[in-house]
Amino acid sequence: MSAISLQGVSKRFGETEVLHGIDLEIPPGEVVCVIGPSGSGKSTLLRCIAFLEEPTAGLISVYGEPLGFALGPDGKRQRLPRARIHAVRSHIGMVFQQFNLWPHMTALGNVSEALKTVRRLPVKEAEARAMAQLEKVGLAHHAGHYPSQLSGGQQQRVAIARALSLDPKIMLFDEPTSSLDPELTGEVLNVMRALAADGMTMVVVSHEIGFAASVGRRIVFLDHGRLLLQGGPQEVFRKPRHPRLDQFLDTYLDRGAAMLL
Amino acid sequence: MTFDLSLILSYGPELLLAAAATFGIWAAGSLAAVALGFAIALARRYGGFLVDGPLRLLVEIVRGTPFLVQLFLLYFGGPFIGLSLEPTEAGLLGLSIYGAAYFAEIFRAGLEAVPRSHVESAECLGFTRWQIVRRILVPEMTVLVLPPCVNMFIVLIKETAILSIITVPELTLVITGIGSKYYAFVEALFLLALFYWGLVELASRLGRLLEARLAKLSFAA
Repeated sequence: MSAISLQGVSKRFGETEVLHGIDLEIPPGEVVCVIGPSGSGKSTLLRCIAFLEEPTAGLISVYGEPLGFALGPDGKRQRLPRARIHAVRSHIGMVFQQFNLWPHMTALGNVSEALKTVRRLPVKEAEARAMAQLEKVGLAHHAGHYPSQLSGGQQQRVAIARALSLDPKIMLFDEPTSSLDPELTGEVLNVMRALAADGMTMVVVSHEIGFAASVGRRIVFLDHGRLLLQGGPQEVFRKPRHPRLDQFLDTYLDRGAAMLL
Repeated sequence: MTFDLSLILSYGPELLLAAAATFGIWAAGSLAAVALGFAIALARRYGGFLVDGPLRLLVEIVRGTPFLVQLFLLYFGGPFIGLSLEPTEAGLLGLSIYGAAYFAEIFRAGLEAVPRSHVESAECLGFTRWQIVRRILVPEMTVLVLPPCVNMFIVLIKETAILSIITVPELTLVITGIGSKYYAFVEALFLLALFYWGLVELASRLGRLLEARLAKLSFAA
């Protein structure tokens, strides 16, 4: 069974169709890197999988469970009750470009909050588990710091620990390093590499072509809201390449990333 | 004619009682105004346009008319719709509604200022709407709205003076009563000003203290 299955997923904002009928099957444990020029719909695709955006057409399922919408007996798409949406979403962890830590809670508070509020664990147990997650991302010694007292890289690692707090089966990363200095990017990518090595199913929207090529088991190239290419990194990046992908990658070669390809 | 406070100060016990009344009405009115204002802000955010429309109108009416007029209407007009209130009751209710309209706007803006993405992170973790309000929106908003709230508390302190017009036995009524009895208006009003200023100073100092304590909880630069 696929960890994530997308069938004909489309999303339109008013007049603009951002995603056109995306089909995608992601088996458990696979690391999928979504690349593409800005405005190609990468983030929207990820946000649809997190159900932060509702697809205007098509179906998504997570480990066989329909996410948000299912086909009714009449063959039409029906919205599922809120409780079922919550249940499916709890399998998914999401990491954002801007970290989005809650500023009024410490690192430990951020990571333990969902365990306390959503899972209703006793405070002690929630904090012990949160501490273990912080340990994993190497920040146990910063547990008492507020987000404003942490560097961008540290904040993003806390955000990853927070997304992992409910033991999701799938992790979604929306340009997790785009707002970080190159120096801080490495520490975040290392955490993500370790997660991938642990067998986590991951969908990563990233401009880190190097990371995509080395960690991504599959590369998905979006262009103008269409899934233009997908396959292993060797297959997708090997020459001769699709002309649109070539064009897109040229912008990276310009920035001196040639040696990564 | 000499400036002599001793005459008025000889009414010590009465003055203290009246000062306590002012303080009590202010504290209770502020609390009720905050609660009601917050309820209005939440209802407007989540209640759909059928709730939002009437509440917006209410807020605009209260903000668009003088407090004095509202108070007269409530106290003297209330009986026409079966609402006969004692002066203190009417004063407290009036102050609460008046404050609530402003607090509702402060909280509405505060709720909107919390980044959408902070709410989305909670949604992704399966928080319900109420859990998001309680754990994310309210605490984050509190840091943001603290300065305008302190400002509003200060405004409300001074608005309690208007309650004297419907004979609420608060400090303005009592002290001006004594003043007019002995033609000692200047002394009376001087003491009155001193009292309000002291209370305002106390409120603003408390506010600044709280702001400093909460500073590290605001958004990272």
